[in-house]
Amino acid sequence: MPTLELKNLRKAYSSEIVPVKGLSLTVEDNEFLTLVGPSGCGKSTILRLIAGLEQPTQGQVLIAGRNVNPLPPGDRNIAMVFQSYALYPHMTVYENMASGLKLRDIPAGEVQKRVQETSRLLDIDHLLTRRPAKLSGGQRQRVALGRALVRHPDVFLLDEPLSNLDALLREQVRADLKQIFAAQKSPVVYVTHDQTEAMTLSSKVAVLYNGHLQQLDTPDRIYNTPANRFVAGFIGSPQMNLWTLPCQDNDAILGEFRIPMPCRASSPSSLGEIHLGIRPEHVRIAQNNDEITVRGQVFLIENLGMSYLISVRVIGAEEVTLRALIPADTGWHQTDIQLALPKHRLHWFTTDQDAARIET
Amino acid sequence: MTTVQPSPPPSQPTTTQARHKISWMRVLLWAGVIFIFFFSLGPPLWELLTSIKTTEAITADRVVYLPGLTQLTLGHYVQLFVENQFYIYIFNSALVAVISTVLCLGIGSPAAYALARLRIPGEQVVLTTVLVVTLFPYILLFLGLLELVQLTRLANNYLALIIPYTAINLPLTILVMRSFFQQLPKDLEDSAKVDGYNTLQMLWQIVLPMTLPALATTGILTFIFAWNEYIFALTFITRESMKTIPVAAAQLGGTTTFEVPYGPLAAATVLGTLPLVLLVMFFQRKIVQGLTAGSVKG
Repeated sequence: MPTLELKNLRKAYSSEIVPVKGLSLTVEDNEFLTLVGPSGCGKSTILRLIAGLEQPTQGQVLIAGRNVNPLPPGDRNIAMVFQSYALYPHMTVYENMASGLKLRDIPAGEVQKRVQETSRLLDIDHLLTRRPAKLSGGQRQRVALGRALVRHPDVFLLDEPLSNLDALLREQVRADLKQIFAAQKSPVVYVTHDQTEAMTLSSKVAVLYNGHLQQLDTPDRIYNTPANRFVAGFIGSPQMNLWTLPCQDNDAILGEFRIPMPCRASSPSSLGEIHLGIRPEHVRIAQNNDEITVRGQVFLIENLGMSYLISVRVIGAEEVTLRALIPADTGWHQTDIQLALPKHRLHWFTTDQDAARIET
Repeated sequence: MTTVQPSPPPSQPTTTQARHKISWMRVLLWAGVIFIFFFSLGPPLWELLTSIKTTEAITADRVVYLPGLTQLTLGHYVQLFVENQFYIYIFNSALVAVISTVLCLGIGSPAAYALARLRIPGEQVVLTTVLVVTLFPYILLFLGLLELVQLTRLANNYLALIIPYTAINLPLTILVMRSFFQQLPKDLEDSAKVDGYNTLQMLWQIVLPMTLPALATTGILTFIFAWNEYIFALTFITRESMKTIPVAAAQLGGTTTFEVPYGPLAAATVLGTLPLVLLVMFFQRKIVQGLTAGSVKG
């Protein structure tokens, strides 16, 4: 039985403001689900609906098979880490971690044992008598995490827990988070707008846009087979090259070059135009035996250290920019560069409203 | 042994000039400090000195600024307590002020919380009304209140003071507390709910401790108003044993109509001000202290 299940969840504040539009998904034990999407896509609202801080307009939240809609947040046995940490400023670290346990009438000895264990795990056991004001940002973050872990809840909810840390610390805590949550059983629902966090931490990623679920899949499949144009453009950095190209005789026309379309794309419904995408890291400097190649002129070079991100204007298509990630030790011809687009790395999407993926 | 590179001698004129400038600035600064000190603290100091001077020193032909040892006395204070039973008035003032303050905070804070956190229809109308009420000079309410006191037969009852004091201070309390609640991070309350606090526990154990600075600030304002209020206290209370300090102090009389009892008057003023000074000094740290520091972000 899934530990957490959302059934056709909908939240509307008014007829225009509908942050969540009919969402259904399940999260099993040991799963780490990340909700990712641009600002205002409803991901935080979903978390608040699961927590019970908001009531759904429609649909159900089930935890361990039980409908928790009528239950207040405190009775759902969930734990939540807030973006702002939300530590109680007038309590010590120990009291912050113990308060949720004490309210559940857990015997004092057990409370102490759990707080000790968790604080040792998070390396904050030397801070237990301090107040939050006397802690650094990273320490506060750990206390907030500890307050959730100590509860042994049915579900963990994390709302952008890393976004207030500086970049270096974030990377470190991200790795810690992965280890901590891998070591325990309860499912985790993690909200972020940072796709790196989504890719590195999760066992499953849910990409949200405009209140709708775009794709729910493993990080691997999200990256390699994005379900539609939005997912393709949202996941991946640098962003995927995405063009809308005219079609002719089963070929997509990119300037002076023709790119053969997959058979299924040539159905009459998609005649005229097609979306084509390829990730910059999959574009290569062409060699003799490459099947699909384009030529153009380099007009911008960005040095990323381990590689160069070059922007190329394709011959015959002045408005089209092709960005390619080239290893730092490679040389190229500035005004006439020939690039290969490996066929199995191309992503095709329909030009109708869904912009759905066309399987090749 | 460490070798020290001798620094080149500083050019003489510039340093003396700089020192010269600085000393002038310092003189000006201290002159300003002393002026402000005496300008603002002069009258209270004079009252304080008068209250501990003997009557002869007060009425001496040559003004005694700093009384000598022989001119010091606590007689005026003793007189206030023994002859005038001032402890009764202090008790009355304290009773009325404390109850008004507690009521004001007890009624105003929940109202402010509701206005800050709930989406109430007509919230703007309520707020505007509250604001308009604060604009009334309270003296204008006097005649109406007098009628009410007569109608309800509340004269010579502490309630005749407590109710108006509470009502007059409620709007300010509501406005100040509301803006304070609004800047309290909502995440804290959400976090408390997830932790399992019910609404009452959350308000009492999480919100209230963080609200103490704001409560102290608004509470002190109400307390000072209630402690110092004169017109209502003079009119609504005529029984001697229920009068408050400002009224009692104003009614101090000499042995004859022509004698002004300067000493006891000054002592009464000091007695009337002292609790307020102590109160503010005690709560000052609480008021200034940002208790929410460290709860969110870093």
